[in-house]
Amino acid sequence: MNDVLLGLEGLTKAYPGVVANDDVSFDIREGEIHALLGENGAGKSTLVKMIYGLVKPDSGTMTLRGAAFEPAEPRAARAAGVAMVFQHFSLFDALSVAENVALGMENPPKPRDLARQIREVSETYGLPLDPGRTVGTLSAGERQRVEIIRCLLQDPKLLIMDEPTSVLTPQEVEILFETLRKLASEGTAILYISHKLEEIRSLCDHATILRLGKKVATCTPAEASARELAEMMVGASFETPQKAARQLGEVMLDVRGLSLPAPGAFGTPLREISFQVRAGEILGLGGVAGNGQDELLAALSGERLSGADVIRLRDRPIGNMGPTERRALGVLSGPEERLGHAAAPDMSLIENAVLTGAGRMGLLSGGFINWPKSKGFAEDVIRTFDVRTPGSGTAARALSGGNLQKFVIGREVLQSPEVLIVNQPTWGVDAAAAAAIRQALLNLAANGAALVVISQDLDELMEVSDRFGALNEGRLSDLRPVDGLTVEEIGLMMGGAHDMEVAHVDA
Amino acid sequence: MDLSSINPVLLIASVMVSATPILLAAIGELVVEKSGVLNLGVEGMMITGAVVGFAVAVSNTSPGMGFVGAALAGALLSLPFALLTQYLMSNQVATGLGLMMVGLGLSSLIGKPFEGMKAPPFPKVEIPLLSDLPIFGKMLFSHDIMVYFSVALVVAVWAFLKYTRAGLILRAVGEAHDSAHALGYKVRHIRILAILFGGACAGLGGAYLSLVRVPQWTEGMTAGAGWIALAIVVFASWRPGRVAVGAYLFGGVSVLQLNLQAAGADVPVALLSASPYLITILVLVIISARGAHAAPASLGRPFHASR
Repeated sequence: MNDVLLGLEGLTKAYPGVVANDDVSFDIREGEIHALLGENGAGKSTLVKMIYGLVKPDSGTMTLRGAAFEPAEPRAARAAGVAMVFQHFSLFDALSVAENVALGMENPPKPRDLARQIREVSETYGLPLDPGRTVGTLSAGERQRVEIIRCLLQDPKLLIMDEPTSVLTPQEVEILFETLRKLASEGTAILYISHKLEEIRSLCDHATILRLGKKVATCTPAEASARELAEMMVGASFETPQKAARQLGEVMLDVRGLSLPAPGAFGTPLREISFQVRAGEILGLGGVAGNGQDELLAALSGERLSGADVIRLRDRPIGNMGPTERRALGVLSGPEERLGHAAAPDMSLIENAVLTGAGRMGLLSGGFINWPKSKGFAEDVIRTFDVRTPGSGTAARALSGGNLQKFVIGREVLQSPEVLIVNQPTWGVDAAAAAAIRQALLNLAANGAALVVISQDLDELMEVSDRFGALNEGRLSDLRPVDGLTVEEIGLMMGGAHDMEVAHVDA
Repeated sequence: MDLSSINPVLLIASVMVSATPILLAAIGELVVEKSGVLNLGVEGMMITGAVVGFAVAVSNTSPGMGFVGAALAGALLSLPFALLTQYLMSNQVATGLGLMMVGLGLSSLIGKPFEGMKAPPFPKVEIPLLSDLPIFGKMLFSHDIMVYFSVALVVAVWAFLKYTRAGLILRAVGEAHDSAHALGYKVRHIRILAILFGGACAGLGGAYLSLVRVPQWTEGMTAGAGWIALAIVVFASWRPGRVAVGAYLFGGVSVLQLNLQAAGADVPVALLSASPYLITILVLVIISARGAHAAPASLGRPFHASR
């Protein structure tokens, strides 16, 4: 089992202005689970794309079982036995499970045989799936299963998984890990890409760490602490956010029986959501994506209106007010999608700062924009939150995901909100920047603001929040204090394992 | 009003003739849109097909060669659109509108010497046995070959999209081009082929107007048929069967209102002339009001491999 399956030797790939991979070499052995670790922009995706034939290396060689391996396109890689489960699923919503699987295969069998094979493989690996269902109606966990089964049907020698657990409940993660261990024991090598260090420590045999396109180390993750791994990734030590003791004050935000119909065909209705948040408190809301997170944020920010009395700020009804009115009263929000929702992609950072900060920061005079003052505010955000950008006039689109995230969160935090609602505040942000954002949220609460943090990162919620609740199909679970909450309890609050129920057929 | 002057057999027969140009253009555009491209230049490709088809047919006194020339001309005219939108990332709506105007202008230029000429006759194909049936024989089975071809094309497109792997890939590209690219499918190539197919179909539709339906060349003779074809594709929820329903409905009402006008119906002429547009859209809206609207998710979105 110790033979080298895939050898990478001096792989280099440069894009205009950036070297994505610089002389990267390591080996993946037969039947091992090998982790690829690194921050955003460290070059993990580029490396994987080279192995999968989507990108051609500028120099360097790959060998597969000793033979030269130069896939010109994904087809060639698949034919050689390399399969990949994508981070942003490569699925087609309007097509059925079987059609999606067929599209990822070189020579798919007849539809009827394929449906039978899908059932067989899904039962062997404990991943129930109905081949006839439309993918658009599946949960995130089920969609991932489609991708995995598509790969397994081709009997891969190497399975590449790009951030597979970010959308799963803890129980689903456990089932996925069992599947992967089973595959590895049968001789399939797995290249596992993730940010989540604890997962890698429990799952992977070896780990290769990339930083700024260069290989930093190959180590055995079980023998290193999560903190050591994180520091190798970042290349420096960083502060873990500190939760200061906080005094809870009066009830700031009071939501009573919030119900709203689903906004569109693929949306989730909100059902009877009630909670209170006090001054100085952070309420963490978890749940698998698509269970009402976006809809709840829209209702709290004022993008969608509800009955006036349903949402109250300090006992003042605000449910029927739009975002601008709510902002004036101190209710601020930061949605999940950075480009297009939190920020206008083609507008400069200054213009984006004006878009939400105009009222509270006094950036308007007589209805006209005070540009010098706006520039000052934008630069304030950039400085305070260490946003790496050539200047405040840069378009939002040009910033990396993590830097833009720091900007859009910082923009709200600096407006000293009384209530702040954020969704996925550190999504796609590297460990050091995530720690900085979390610290800013904690400081805000320490200064007496009430926060609602919606996130799919349970570690993050455990780190910042005082109380925890889970969204499941638009309903909010009971709220529990975070201290003493176990992962199993959280999983059950989130609706348990979707994997454990047999996939149901929609009528 | 004298309704007895309307002969139902001839009416149905002329409905089929009148619907064929729109059906051809619409089924081509359906394939284009299923691949995720919105080509608004159908009108321009149609009228170019009309004039080129007419010119080739008259010069060679062969309507068959006219249709071949029209299909080639339509495809050739759609090629710049394909290159502009797929390789140079130009806006599909603006490029499509430009294509329409180029087609209209080009057709007037080419068509000047051919004005007033008459198209060579296009023979009818009487299907043996079937065409001898009473009533139905005359109605459905004694048409020229292009009528049968258009119906066969609808069935072929339906089967292609539903049952073949190539059809599945085409739908996948129109549904999520990034996913298709990640799986290694050549999004641009597939879309360019679809655009060329759509151009050829629009060209055939135009040539049917100038060679059979009218049959002569006059400037601007498509008179919005391309736009109707575009509307039918949308209101038919991108389904070949419904496209056929829409095209025949439009053709049917067009012919019927002409007959009613001739019979001296007591309805304002303006209303009668507008009725094909109103009724077609109304019926298709009602059909598509229930059930899923299967607009391809990537329709009109530019694809760039690096994004």
